[in-house]
Amino acid sequence: MDGISGDLNAPHSMGTTIIGVTYNGGVVLGADSRTSTGMYVANRASDKITQLTDNVYLCRSGSAADSQIVSDYVRHFLHQHTIQLGQPSTVKVAANLVRLLAYNNKNMLQTGMIVGGWDKYEGGKIYGIPLGGTILEQPFTIGGSGSTYLYGFFDQVWKEGMTQDEAEKLVVKAVSLAIARDGASGGVVRTVTINKDGVTRKFYPGDTLPLWHEELEPKDSMLDMLSSASPEPMGFDAFALLTTSNKQLPAVVLATNHYCVQNAPILLFHSITASGQEIITWDVQLSPY
Amino acid sequence: MSSIGTGYDLSVTTFSPDGRVFQIEYAAKAVDNSGTVVAIRCKDGVVMGVEKLIASKMMLPGSNRRIHAVHRHSGMAVAGLAADGRQIVTRAKSEATNYESVYGEPIPVKELAERVASYVHLCTLYWWLRPFGCGVILGGYDRDGPQLYMIEPSGVSYRYFGAAIGKGRQAAKTEIEKLKLSDMTCRQGVIEVAKIIYGVHDEAKDKAFELELSWVCDESNRQHQKVPDDLLEEAKAAAKAALEEMDAD
Repeated sequence: MDGISGDLNAPHSMGTTIIGVTYNGGVVLGADSRTSTGMYVANRASDKITQLTDNVYLCRSGSAADSQIVSDYVRHFLHQHTIQLGQPSTVKVAANLVRLLAYNNKNMLQTGMIVGGWDKYEGGKIYGIPLGGTILEQPFTIGGSGSTYLYGFFDQVWKEGMTQDEAEKLVVKAVSLAIARDGASGGVVRTVTINKDGVTRKFYPGDTLPLWHEELEPKDSMLDMLSSASPEPMGFDAFALLTTSNKQLPAVVLATNHYCVQNAPILLFHSITASGQEIITWDVQLSPY
Repeated sequence: MSSIGTGYDLSVTTFSPDGRVFQIEYAAKAVDNSGTVVAIRCKDGVVMGVEKLIASKMMLPGSNRRIHAVHRHSGMAVAGLAADGRQIVTRAKSEATNYESVYGEPIPVKELAERVASYVHLCTLYWWLRPFGCGVILGGYDRDGPQLYMIEPSGVSYRYFGAAIGKGRQAAKTEIEKLKLSDMTCRQGVIEVAKIIYGVHDEAKDKAFELELSWVCDESNRQHQKVPDDLLEEAKAAAKAALEEMDAD
């Protein structure tokens, strides 16, 4: 018991798997979504890919607090820089600012980061900034506790000049492999694709990810919640509709939204069938970006 | 053209009734009395040339340089009070290295010009500081191509195709306007700048002068450097020949 209560007070750390890869025309950044305090998953749907500017994003791993404060400072400096320059900052400048903070505060910080973006001079670029504040420009890079399981995978699968589709698929596959093996990584897979046309965010819910060796299909899982009545959450919007088609189908469906598990809003359906049975189902919404 | 601002010209923090700050205008006069500086932006780079008037025969040729390298990719030609010019160059060098150590890339020429202009302007705001008595032409080559800026003692900075300051600037500007800069390479530009400087040099009023030329272009690998000696000699010869032609007419 002591171990668990100690864990609850442990600092939030993102066990994490983070990935950045370049492709022909831009970059794809990917991450899992688990934030843990010791053994407890504090946030199972966190967003570890943070925006620095319109064209540069940052993948964060390690201490959640440390990486957040670094990204806040860099966002501020980059904003100033963009105003002075009169044009968007380059990825190199963003990475250098992150590196200076990481290096000059190395005694206090514990965060490994990946800077990725697109600018008109160099195109898509990825910079890895691990613990200690090294900066290294690489065609692809991986970070976080889950990355240890991906080195061999990338050695085999990586190739230069992939298409956007190939790169995105590679990133999702890699993160899901890491999630399967690393206890500190889990949840959903988020990707951010950056190229000359702008930024696209994608979201892959945990149950859409492929299963790997010895992983089992969910069966009779608690996720179904078909017969247990759970307390109703505070609904912000609620509406009811009446359906009368099939006797089997619910007669009244009440839908409330915004039951937020941090960045993953859920639609909760509280239905009453014609026979008077209460059914509670829920659905995870696509992140609104 | 020039007017005396009796009573309103004692301090840089005093405006005249017609809205002028005379101290800044007087500072500009210091620039006008110096040797001519000419700079042009060609299609592949920037060429800068200075008519360095030699005060004494005892001076070593090549000393008292008027063109300074600010960073790998940019250089500055100074006209006016030499000591003030050195101060500005030092400031520009330090801005450039500081930018690179913070942002990890060479300072864009536009940014450098703005910072130098801010610094020059700063010295026109306080009664206990006098304005810089020198104008500066900054030529550099960055990711956005070759660029030419001129910063005046008032702190004003503009971007130019061609610029001239100093004694012979009026005549020099007329000559520059005749050139087709967008078609010219720096190799040709060097010859033209030499011709202009030899042309505006006043033999009667000033005695000897030394021609200082520098460039930053594709040929110099986008680094600011002195024009190579062979090209310098070629330019001087061409300029002298052009002068003789003019005299012959």
